Formats: sequence, structure tokens, C-alpha cells
Amino acid sequence: MWHRVLAILVARNREFYRDSAGLGWNLVMPILMVVAFAFIFRGEPEDVLKIGVVTADGTLAGVESPLLEVRYVSFVPVADAAPGVVKVERHQLDLLVDLRGPPAYWVNLGSAKGHIAERLLLGAYREGGGADEPVRETVTGEALSYADWVLPGVLAMNIMFSSLWGVGWVIVRYRKNGVLRRLQATPLSPLEFLTAQILSRLLVVLGASLIVYLGASIFLDFPMRGSYAALVLVFAAGSLCLISLGLVVAARLRTEELADGILNLISWPMLLLSGVWFSMEGTSPAAQALSQAMPLTHMVDAARRVMIDGAGIVDVLPELALLTLLALALLTTAAWLFRWE
Amino acid sequence: MPPLIEARDLVRLYPGVRAVDGLSFQVARGQCFGLLGPNGAGKTTTLEMLEGIQRPTSGSVLFKGRPLDRTYREAIGIQFQATALQDFQTVAESLTMFASLYRRTADRGELVRLCNLEEILDRDTRRLSGGQRQRLLLAVALVNDPELLFLDEPTTGLDPQSRRNFWGLIDGVRRRGKTVLLTTHYMEEAQYLCDEVAIVDQGRIIAQGTPDKLVREHFPATVVRIPAAHWPAGEPRPAGSEERAGQIELYTDEVPPLLAHLERIGADLTELRVATPTLEDLFLKLTGHSLRT
Repeated sequence: MWHRVLAILVARNREFYRDSAGLGWNLVMPILMVVAFAFIFRGEPEDVLKIGVVTADGTLAGVESPLLEVRYVSFVPVADAAPGVVKVERHQLDLLVDLRGPPAYWVNLGSAKGHIAERLLLGAYREGGGADEPVRETVTGEALSYADWVLPGVLAMNIMFSSLWGVGWVIVRYRKNGVLRRLQATPLSPLEFLTAQILSRLLVVLGASLIVYLGASIFLDFPMRGSYAALVLVFAAGSLCLISLGLVVAARLRTEELADGILNLISWPMLLLSGVWFSMEGTSPAAQALSQAMPLTHMVDAARRVMIDGAGIVDVLPELALLTLLALALLTTAAWLFRWE
Repeated sequence: MPPLIEARDLVRLYPGVRAVDGLSFQVARGQCFGLLGPNGAGKTTTLEMLEGIQRPTSGSVLFKGRPLDRTYREAIGIQFQATALQDFQTVAESLTMFASLYRRTADRGELVRLCNLEEILDRDTRRLSGGQRQRLLLAVALVNDPELLFLDEPTTGLDPQSRRNFWGLIDGVRRRGKTVLLTTHYMEEAQYLCDEVAIVDQGRIIAQGTPDKLVREHFPATVVRIPAAHWPAGEPRPAGSEERAGQIELYTDEVPPLLAHLERIGADLTELRVATPTLEDLFLKLTGHSLRT
């Protein structure tokens, strides 16, 4: 079996790297995107103060506090204090207030907006004549720029496009122009053929991601706090999952136009709802549920946890398991649906 | 010894169409067997059932007296009518790739010589001419040194020169003892290559035999055509003559006596034409009246 898989894999890789125009496009585009976004979002993305509020049930309903009377401030409900504190450290929240017991708050000593938010908070309590002033806790930490935050998402997005189109489009083209017909006449089995396509694309995706990563590191000073092995595993599992999804789409289609349409239909909602460009926090529950159903969401989350929060392999095991299981389910479906013609 | 391959009552139905309608024949070892017919006659469908690519709706295919199994693919080579090779590969790389898919492979040097590929081994497969492409596809079909070679309209679309060259290659393949099963709609091709031909129309075999025998049976040597309006009124037409599209067709082994006869009865010979019958003529003769309008 494996010599046949290898023969198809080698041929497919050759086709990929000899197509120099396509190859350049695969590598240059994501780097350009990261640079463009770094340029566009050089400033802070929002201009109002953002204050996190820890409440008992994770919503602001029924919470009473003189603080909440302050206008032109966005209050974000936070279910638990610990992740909220991390956000204060990263300047993603200007202040975190805990209203569950006696009021307490966290402020980042290095944040100018945090200082203003603190004045507002204390002012509100004094004006309201509240008995207890909130207890002050302090943290420190560098601001996380938008470019730093968005980079893991852009890497994952690039993997998604490359995985979906790299097999989906190619197999439909092979079916249309008769390459599959020719291969069908040989002892090659569908499983061997699909395995070769997956391995070839996985190599390409990981290789291209490495180049994009190195390219981005020339232009941007982004954090990589966690384990490189964990990052590679997350991207490999995510890529496997999306390649398998591409194989399901390509299992029977005969025209590239239809394949293109369906792949677009799959990829654009993922791009918008997987938190690649903006955080899904604070969006509607329906959008969040939809987001959770998308493999890209879990790949982006895990990649961010590794790169920004310094997670290791064990920390991202749930995502790895989920992505791998989903990949196996999709792959089985694809092998079952697959037709040479 | 059973025939190398045998079709028994093959039927293939597509929605609303009987593409192949009860077709049976046998091909002996070392033979070159041709399925002849117009486009849409069911030749390619028949061939694909024999290749094991399509399943017959009913009927069976036997290879060496046994139903087709997993090892069949190792024993046959196929040249499809419409097929492509992966892009961005040279001729040599394509051959290597296909060779790796089989257990047994033909000797590389001999294959390259046989298919006349020496000079294009390093060429990208996208830059091949029609004739070079067909030669490469033939080499791919022979890469596993198959016992049985299928050729589906191998020279359709080639210029006459390339077609002649390709026939030469098939001669070489046959000298190596291979059995060949081909489809074509060129009578000339069938006559040159095949030991036996079956003429297929609307999914059925309507005539079968050696090319010479078929020609002798169904074709007088020559057809003479004369516009119906130029036939003298009241004069009886010779037996076996037919009228088609305003033309009276007369079949004859000897042209001069026929012309003398026409002159005697006072026919207008100004638009008379004499032609050697073609495959088209054979079809019209065999099927024109009863099966189609």
C-alpha cells in the first residue's frame, strides 16, 4: 500500500511546488495580511473605556452599583475573576470590578486608561455615598496589541484556506479532466489515493505555515510564550480536520465552480464567526453556539492559548482531541462518499 | 483453454436508455478484437464493463474463464479516450509514478523504445503534441506489462500521419504477444489492426467477423450514385439498389458493365459519382432502413 501512496504523494507535491505562481501566492498573501492589519490597527481598536464586571451569574441583569451609572463606558460581564485579571494585565480590559461580595477591583499600573477608569470608579462610589470603597488590587503587564492577538488567527485562517482548497479544488479538477479516471484503472485504492492527498497537503500546510510564521517574525514583534510542539500539534490537527472537510466536499462533485461555491459557503462563516478577526465575547448566544460548532474556532482558541497565554500540550489536549475526532469522522464520511467519477 | 476475455449477455441501462443491450463475444489470447460503431453506439460503455470500471446491469465478464477480481487491474492496461495526467510532471516522472502503482512492471528501456518516447522523456506532459500524448498514454497503459490491452478510440483527433505512426506502435505491441481490445469508428483502422471486428449499433452487435469477411459479405467493391431525378422514368431499378437522400445507390463488383447498362437505358450520367464504400455506407446499409429514420 505505502509505495502506491508515496508515488501519488510525490506526484502531487511536485505539482504543487512546480506551480510557482500558486506557490508564491500561498506564502506571500498571509504575510501581507498580517502586515496590513498591523498597520491598520496600530492604534487601539476601541475608544471607550472597557470595564469588566464579575457577577454571580455572569450577566449584568439585576446588579446594582453606583459604578454602572457611569455613561460612555462599556461594561463587560465576566463569569470568573481569574481570566478577567489576565485581560487587565494585557490591557484588554481597563479595569475589572468584582461585585459578588464586598466590592473589589483590579487595575493595571502601566495602563493610562486604567488610571482614568479607576478615578471614575472611585468617583462614582463617593458620589453615590456608598459605605465601603472598593478594595484595590494592582497588576502589571504589557499591552497586547491587536496584531499580536490576531496573528494566531491569521495563521489558522491561512491553514483553513490552504486545507479546504488544496484538496477540494484539486480533486474536483482531477475528476473533471480525467486524472482520476486514469488512476482508477490502476490497482490504486480510493483510501490510498485519499491518504496521499491528505499527507501531501498536510506537509504543504505545515511547511507554508512555518514560512509565514518566520516571515511574520521579521515584520512583527509578536509573543510566542508556549510550547512550539503544542502549536505544531494544534495546527496539524486543525489542518487534518479541514482537509477532511475539503475531501467530503470533493467526494463527488464534478465542477470546480460548484466546489468553489460550497467551499466559500463553508469558509466565510468560519472566518467571521471563529474569532479570527474579533473576539466572539459579547456576541449573541446564537452566534457563540455556531462559533463553537466550527473547527476553526477551536484551532484559533488553542493557538492563541499557546502563543499568548503560554499553554503547553496538556493545556490544549481538549482541542487536540476534539479536532482529531472530528477529522476522523469527516475522513470516514469522505472515504465512504468518494467516487472516482 | 477458455478465451482470454469473454462478454456474456452484457446489458447496461441508464435512465431511459439501453446503452448496451445484450452483447456477447469472446477474445482469444493474442488476438486483436475491434468494436466498431458510431458515436453513442455503446462501444465505450461496453469497453468499461470489460475493464471492470462499470458494473453491467446484467450479464457477466469472464477473464480466463473466471469473474473479475481484485487482481484483474494488475493484468490489464487501459488507454482511455478522455483522460489527463497530473500537471507539472515530465514524461519520465509520469512513467515512474504509474510504474510504482503496480507489482509487476515492464522493462523501462523497452517500453520507452516501443512507444518511441526517447526524445521527449524530459518534457513536461502539458507540452506534448497530440501524437506524443497518445504515445505516452499508451506507454502508461503498458507500464505493468499487461496481458490484455484496452484502447478506447486511440487515434481519434490525431492527424493521419500520427495515426499511421500509432498503428505501427500497436503492431509492435501485438508482436510481443499482447491481446488487444479496441474501439474505433475508423473502418480503415479496424481493417489495419484487427483480426476480428464486431459492428455495434444501439448497444447490439449487428455483424461480426474478420474485416475481410465483413467487407466481402456486406460491401460490393464499389457504390455508384446517381440522382433519382436522372433515372429514366419507367425503367426498373436493379435488384439491391437503394434510394437515399434523393440519390439512387447501386452496388457492384464491376463498374464498366454497370455504366454501359446505365447508358443503354438512357440515364443522365452528368452527376454520377463512383465511390468506395466507407464505414458510413456499411452502417446505412446495415441499419439505415429498419432501425433508424
